[in-house]
Amino acid sequence: MLIRLKNITKVYKNHFVETKALNGVMLSIEKGEFVAIMGPSGSGKSTLLHILGLLDKPTTGDYFFEGKKVNEFDEDQLADFRNQKIGFVFQAYNLLPRISALKNVALPLVYQGVEKEEREKRAFEELKAVGLEDKINHFPNQISGGQQQRVAIARALVTNPSIILADEPTGNLASLQAKEIMNIFKNLNKKGKTIILITHEEDIAGWAKRVIKIRDGRINN
Amino acid sequence: MFNYYQEIISEAVNSLLANKVRTFLAILGIVIGIASVIMMISLGEASKKSVETQIKSLGANLLTIMPGAATSGGVRQAAGSSSSLTLDDALAIKENFLDKYVTDVSPELSRRSQVVYGRQNTNTQIIGVYPSYQILRNITLSEGEFVSQFDVGGIRLVAVLGPQVVSDLFEEGVNPVGQTVRIAGKSFRVIGVTESKGGSGFFNQDDMIFVPLPTAQKILFGTDYLSSIAVGVKNEGLMNQARDEIGYFLLARHKINSPYQADFSIMSQADILQTATSVTSTFTNLLSGIAAISLLVGGIGIMNIMLVSVVERTREIGLRKALGAKNKIVILQFLTESIILTLIGGLIGVISGIGFYFILAKLLSFSFILSVWGILLSVFVSSAIGIIFGYYPAKKAANLSPIEALRYE
Repeated sequence: MLIRLKNITKVYKNHFVETKALNGVMLSIEKGEFVAIMGPSGSGKSTLLHILGLLDKPTTGDYFFEGKKVNEFDEDQLADFRNQKIGFVFQAYNLLPRISALKNVALPLVYQGVEKEEREKRAFEELKAVGLEDKINHFPNQISGGQQQRVAIARALVTNPSIILADEPTGNLASLQAKEIMNIFKNLNKKGKTIILITHEEDIAGWAKRVIKIRDGRINN
Repeated sequence: MFNYYQEIISEAVNSLLANKVRTFLAILGIVIGIASVIMMISLGEASKKSVETQIKSLGANLLTIMPGAATSGGVRQAAGSSSSLTLDDALAIKENFLDKYVTDVSPELSRRSQVVYGRQNTNTQIIGVYPSYQILRNITLSEGEFVSQFDVGGIRLVAVLGPQVVSDLFEEGVNPVGQTVRIAGKSFRVIGVTESKGGSGFFNQDDMIFVPLPTAQKILFGTDYLSSIAVGVKNEGLMNQARDEIGYFLLARHKINSPYQADFSIMSQADILQTATSVTSTFTNLLSGIAAISLLVGGIGIMNIMLVSVVERTREIGLRKALGAKNKIVILQFLTESIILTLIGGLIGVISGIGFYFILAKLLSFSFILSVWGILLSVFVSSAIGIIFGYYPAKKAANLSPIEALRYE
């Protein structure tokens, strides 16, 4: 068992109202799965992704990641865990504009204290794997959206994480480029990578082996 | 930790270069602050030095005896206003202490008077002297000779001019020696010109005329008293002892029982130096304080720029945290940027401060003395400013929640 969520709730408070974004979520994900989490906007799927990605903490409930109770980790432990275990792919790519594709991909390794030479070697391998070995010195604004998302996937993979968390990864892309990206995820999953995908599009969810639907902060089975 | 650092510095330089105008303006504030601090500290040190050398040039190991304040109808007048010192006092001191402490004694009478040569005239200090004045006060002559024993004995109408007086009265190229000038209406033959000692304003030792003491007393000013007696002491170690003994000797001569009622005062060069430097150092401290405020303003400028930079890079910070940057790495990254800003500012500030100080020293004819202490302090202060004013923005960046930051558009 790679991930187990036990009765997770998340409550957002402001001065006047409490909003229950997640309301008793139970979820298990095995190693090697390709899961799509689907739901309309406001369903709590983004909140679930933030909690799965250790970017946010649940209000109540327990989260086990590879058997470790990660909801009790402190900020530095979480930072290390995100760095080593989770690869993020965002809708807006989120590449740093002032540095080259190669340096963007190598960035997570900086935080592991990996030597420069080693970093750039590994970053190059990942860029090659997504077919961008000729674009390593390009800046993000010099390549297309589909290429930027491939750089982002290379960055997610460079630390060899346990899971890839992708938040609407094709949301900003035309359908042909979206298909390319989904193909990359499919091939990664074939090689044994666990992938969790968040989307509201049926045809994108169709690429996954398992679809989880979320509505009003609950998972419907 | 060490592995990050190279990367953090290159990223900091990168992001500073991305906003060149803003970076330049932030640095400029620090440059102005550091440059003015350097300038003020250096000028202060230089003016202190120049006062010191001028006072030392008045003669080393010298005691100056001045008349005390006169009391007129119960009202105490300014120090030096009373007439209590006479030539006999001076001669008695010489006679009593010559073997023990004293090298020589110079009785002096000093008044201001109008001096005329041809159609030129000036108002200057007239000092009645004995020949001993020349040695005790380190006077050297560029032309002619100083007041001699014969001039004193014969109450001659001869004068030795300071170079300032010469340039005020005579046209260039005219040799004043042998010419006749009129002091307070009496004709004096010029027998010598002293060499310039430099200095200006209060301590100008070039704007003086020396005449024989009896001439000054009897012919010019009509008084039997002295305005000061200079006593040369054999060596520095004897100064305090000599001052005390001469003091009691004079009290006895003036038939005064208590030192608190003395009608004279005795000052050493060190006393005079202390008074003079306390004035300049108050002034220097004031100027340095103003300079320090401009440095503070520069620091606030840095903080402002860094805060703007944090807001602009909210998304970047969120991403870095999502990818595994710990809070202390984020702090380190922003602190590095502010320290680079202030260090560059500090270095340029030191260089331009020294440059301006060099120009100013030339213009004001101060000596150019570099204060290493001031430079080290500035570099230290500028990096401290980077840390102090960079910390708050850096902390603010580190405390951003990664999801809030990633959501920020």
